[in-house]
Amino acid sequence: MERRDFLKRTGLTLGFLVAPGGLLRVVDAHACGEEGDVDLNAWVHISNSENTITVKCPTAEMGQGNYTAIPLLVAEELDADWRTIRVEQAPAEKAYANPDDFNVQGVGGTRATQGYWRTVRLAGAQARAILILNAAREWGVSPAECNTEPNNVVHAAAGRKMSYMEVAKLDNVTLDASLITEKHLKPSSQWRLIGRDARRLDVPLKVTGQARYGIDVQIPGMLYASILRPPVAALPQPLYGDGAENGPMKVDSAEALKIEGVVKVVELPHAVAVVGTDYWATVLGKRALKVEWRNGSLASQYDSEAKKREWATLAADRALKGRTFGNAGDFDAAFKTAAQTLSADYVTDHAHHACMEPFNATASMMHNDMELWSPTQGQTWAQQVCAKVTGLTEDKIRVHTTFLGGGFGAKTEQLPNAETAMLSKIMDKAVKVIWSREDDIKHGAYRPLAAQHLDAAIAADGRVLGWSHRVVADSVLARVRKTAWDQNPAIDSAVAVGMTQPYGIPNRHHEFVHQASGVPVGYWNAVGSGYTIFAVESFVDEVAAKLGKDPLQLRIDLLTDTRGKAVLERVRKLSDWSRPHDGMAMGVAYNHGGRGHGQIAQVVEVSVNRSSGAIRVHNVWAVADSGAVLQPRHLRQQLETGIIWGVSAALREQVTIKDGVVRQSSFNDYPVPRMDEIPEIHIELLQGGPELLSGAGQLGVAPMAPAIANAVYRLTGARLRALPMLPERMKLALGVMQGLGKQRIDSAT
Amino acid sequence: MLKMQKFALTVNGAQREVTAHPDTPLLWVLRENLKFTGTKYGCGAGQCGACTVHLDGKPTFSCLHAIKDVAGKSVLTIEGLSQNGSHPLQKAWVEEQAPQCGYCQPGQIMRAAGLLKETPKPTRSQIVEYMKTNICRCGAYSRIIAAIERVASET
Repeated sequence: MERRDFLKRTGLTLGFLVAPGGLLRVVDAHACGEEGDVDLNAWVHISNSENTITVKCPTAEMGQGNYTAIPLLVAEELDADWRTIRVEQAPAEKAYANPDDFNVQGVGGTRATQGYWRTVRLAGAQARAILILNAAREWGVSPAECNTEPNNVVHAAAGRKMSYMEVAKLDNVTLDASLITEKHLKPSSQWRLIGRDARRLDVPLKVTGQARYGIDVQIPGMLYASILRPPVAALPQPLYGDGAENGPMKVDSAEALKIEGVVKVVELPHAVAVVGTDYWATVLGKRALKVEWRNGSLASQYDSEAKKREWATLAADRALKGRTFGNAGDFDAAFKTAAQTLSADYVTDHAHHACMEPFNATASMMHNDMELWSPTQGQTWAQQVCAKVTGLTEDKIRVHTTFLGGGFGAKTEQLPNAETAMLSKIMDKAVKVIWSREDDIKHGAYRPLAAQHLDAAIAADGRVLGWSHRVVADSVLARVRKTAWDQNPAIDSAVAVGMTQPYGIPNRHHEFVHQASGVPVGYWNAVGSGYTIFAVESFVDEVAAKLGKDPLQLRIDLLTDTRGKAVLERVRKLSDWSRPHDGMAMGVAYNHGGRGHGQIAQVVEVSVNRSSGAIRVHNVWAVADSGAVLQPRHLRQQLETGIIWGVSAALREQVTIKDGVVRQSSFNDYPVPRMDEIPEIHIELLQGGPELLSGAGQLGVAPMAPAIANAVYRLTGARLRALPMLPERMKLALGVMQGLGKQRIDSAT
Repeated sequence: MLKMQKFALTVNGAQREVTAHPDTPLLWVLRENLKFTGTKYGCGAGQCGACTVHLDGKPTFSCLHAIKDVAGKSVLTIEGLSQNGSHPLQKAWVEEQAPQCGYCQPGQIMRAAGLLKETPKPTRSQIVEYMKTNICRCGAYSRIIAAIERVASET
């Protein structure tokens, strides 16, 4: 934190203008007040006194490795000595917008390296050019005669060199940064850092307790707030509504105010906050409140079990029209004239993030300035939301992004930031808002509940001629990006991601039918893919079964993408796909990434306990191609933990809602994997080329559910079409339990 | 008026006095009264292990102990485990690059320290059995196991 303090002291004045596309037009490298301490641009700061090069990371570190990957990309083009690289969180500024994330500053959907890939390498190259220019001028030679080696500018003709730190002590240089373009970037053959494992810069802080997460923020004299929320699931997006429809009608705060340490009870539009000087006093105060609620949202009529049935009917009803996208040929004609057809319905429950760090935020409003400390995935949104609820302009909101104790999409949500901003303004002091675990689970941004109906049209010779996929769900974008959604209510990229299946089927139909529910649905780890890929990849296996073909081979036969074929071929070898099994079976699934160009094929080996219905995943083999491998070891970690997330989502994660009230509340009724429950995971990496670089944080998640369902089918003959694959559902499918309804298995032949 | 009271305890070897409501969980006393924020809140119900500290030498969930019940006792937090991250487990955690988001890791390390105190050379199944009290939502378990095995093999 010394660096941060230093920058605060000297004033972080950035000598650049923002050019279109988020790139920087450097006008002047700007000295920071101490000799040899200089901002070369918005991304690179050189400190002669500390012998360090600090790279600003635009987005949050939530375990996905941004704090290392972004500096690594900058350092590669800067030709920096990795040992001198430090990382610092960037403030919320336009310069740090993510070109791949609605051009705002934020991260989600595995968009960090993929989004900043070009921007930050150019920033590194620009910084390097400034250093060369400055050294050349000092030597009185042409910059063209100079080159660099790690942390040094070299003038080989005269046998001299100058370290970056020394160059930083020279007078300012001037460079039109637009002169540095993509053609100046290193070809991948010259990469020195990319492709090799670098130790993560955040790890030492995380083993000593020094890493500061949002919940750890301490501001001298700050107050605490615990917030009582309505019984129905409610998570208003503050840009589009204050949540008053569910908010308090009548508040009795008499008992709460008798607790030492409670300062005030504040009625917010959507909830009631107990504010105090002592955190536990506010928890006691919250418990002592008596509140009558409006419960006026559509959510109060929502029953997740009933919705699943209702929406499954809608999904199968082709007369009900939704929004189509990525269609080709004429599915209806192909279906009518097909020699044989196949149909199936899939349903998936809501799921929750259960980040280890619950929602929280801290704000301090002084006069007309506000500082926000938040574990947020969305810096620009945080600024907008705080401006909206305080009446300040966005430029008066300084956002300090802390480490995130898990994000998974949840921490794109802005309500905690709005709450602390409102309370800080009312109390005229810094306020830390901490959500309880129970509130975090009962008022989450759930993965949408989805009902899907798939149809296939098959020719007499076995060719798959037509494919239709309809999904019925609530919309994430309608809730969190409402303005854009209202203007262009086309496809919901979060809900429908993964639907446009990659197989070379000539007549294709994809359709999204939006049903408003009032229940907060939001971004999740591989949000839509979690159920769309489940349906697509299960249905491919159903087609294979109907054709009597090997499901892995059928995928290879249907795919047109050679990289897709390659990951499948390789995973077949790696898993020894055709070997005999004793009491176990293998299943396969493929994921074409959904976003970006990532490719992955996964094979699982499962067993089923027929009396309990429990499915156990013993082994997972995964072959991934995410374009370029920036850090092999870290990529493996990301894939491995994505796979573990995927197993958990497939087998047990379930949020159920009755009359708008979420029934789960903590890790006892929303269990997540523990150490004794993880499979053996075997990963191999292929490289399709840097031009196909894609994020890998979510790549491994989605194929797990269909791979498991496909393995279960091969083992037992029972086809599971509902997520999660709970033991009771497995037993039902096995016919062990009678009289609780029957899974629908359609065959239109 | 529900009043706060004064309590004394030892944290990381130093005598500390706090003023708090008697039922305040030790977790929040450590985090907010004493600013030892390395100990994390995960569930407040003894289900996740993020708040693991050593109480009189034994790993325990600090969220389940009221301050009135731990007065006079001795608490060790991640901040007191070593100077500058030099404990063998912390070094092994870095070697194996164990953390992902890292939030659960102080609790994991404190739990692992308890394991090695009881069983200096645990088998893999002993590690799993002992450590399964602590959730890592990122799923970094294989590296946590590797880090513990590394320490066990070095001692």
